[in-house]
Amino acid sequence: MKKFSIYALLSLLVIATSSFILNTTDAGYKVGDVAGDFKLTNIDGKKVSLNDYPEAKGVILVFTCNHCPFSVAYEDRIIGLHNKYVSKGYPVVAINSNDAKAYPDDSFENMVVRAKDKAFPFRYLHDESQEIARNYGATRTPHVYVLNKEKESWVVRYIGAIDDNTDSPAEVTKKYVETAVNELLEGKPVSTSFTKAIGCSIKWKK
Amino acid sequence: MSILRFLFAFLILFLSSTEKSSSQPVHIVKIGEVLSRINHTSDTVLVLNFWATWCVPCIEELPDFIKMEKDLANQPVKFVYLSLDFKKNLTGKLQPFLKKNEITSEVLLLDEPDYNSWIDKISVDWQGAIPATVVIDRKNKSQTFHEGSLNYNELKTIIQKYIP
Repeated sequence: MKKFSIYALLSLLVIATSSFILNTTDAGYKVGDVAGDFKLTNIDGKKVSLNDYPEAKGVILVFTCNHCPFSVAYEDRIIGLHNKYVSKGYPVVAINSNDAKAYPDDSFENMVVRAKDKAFPFRYLHDESQEIARNYGATRTPHVYVLNKEKESWVVRYIGAIDDNTDSPAEVTKKYVETAVNELLEGKPVSTSFTKAIGCSIKWKK
Repeated sequence: MSILRFLFAFLILFLSSTEKSSSQPVHIVKIGEVLSRINHTSDTVLVLNFWATWCVPCIEELPDFIKMEKDLANQPVKFVYLSLDFKKNLTGKLQPFLKKNEITSEVLLLDEPDYNSWIDKISVDWQGAIPATVVIDRKNKSQTFHEGSLNYNELKTIIQKYIP
């Protein structure tokens, strides 16, 4: 019995610690916050930051990865978003923050392979330290942050899902990211600025 | 209200038929059925585990949950595993997985693609990552929600809050 209470106490500690970690990531950015810049390695080996997009009106930042079936299900739609909005001033920037030890598919080498296979037209950055995912509060893949450039600051205007049907693009009724970017292009406030979706949890390094 | 009651009776009916069969027919449910199950939890503590066959950490924690379920077989605790596999993968992935791993627990496939419409109904604390687990007490007066993996001892600590 004593032994069990020690275990119970220990597991309480573990839960308390893990929820603390969760809370710190949950903290992240809220809609309306100014997003911090980053300097991450692109699949071509070059460092990329938000400052490398001086002409952009904003950026569609997508936390994604290789291994997650939900990310894979959205790959073509993420390519579509970039192709539709890059000329309008909102390029896609994809970031992989997963621990490659837990998911070897998500290593930098495999990011390069995946980007080549799918001919990603956007930059695919490696957040090896996971600092950017933590700063932003990304918890799952895919997890989108639409940033809008306002007076030289990158302001978060949308957080959430790409649309309302992961499995079947044909059955999508609400294109959350497209609607948000369209509204920004028209100078309107974003009507749906936050959504939730099922996704693979971002695997944090131990 | 009567529709809810009917749904609930219906749910109980086909759930009890699930338990009797040795093979693993997985029922496809909507969120309303899950919520009425939660709201009608009267004589058992309900452990709802959200998972999918494609989710690696879900598969990793599953054996601990099933061990707990077996260890608590004589206690008023009910385990329900809500799979978020796509409906089209029911016969190709989910059922073969359950068969291969000899899982006879109650597994339901939650077919609700518009995730944003219902995640907050399970818990406003849920960001949408799986695995996620919610433990609901007998009278639905309190619940514990956890996003992320749980091992045997962590799960035990949560359940112990609701059964003496």
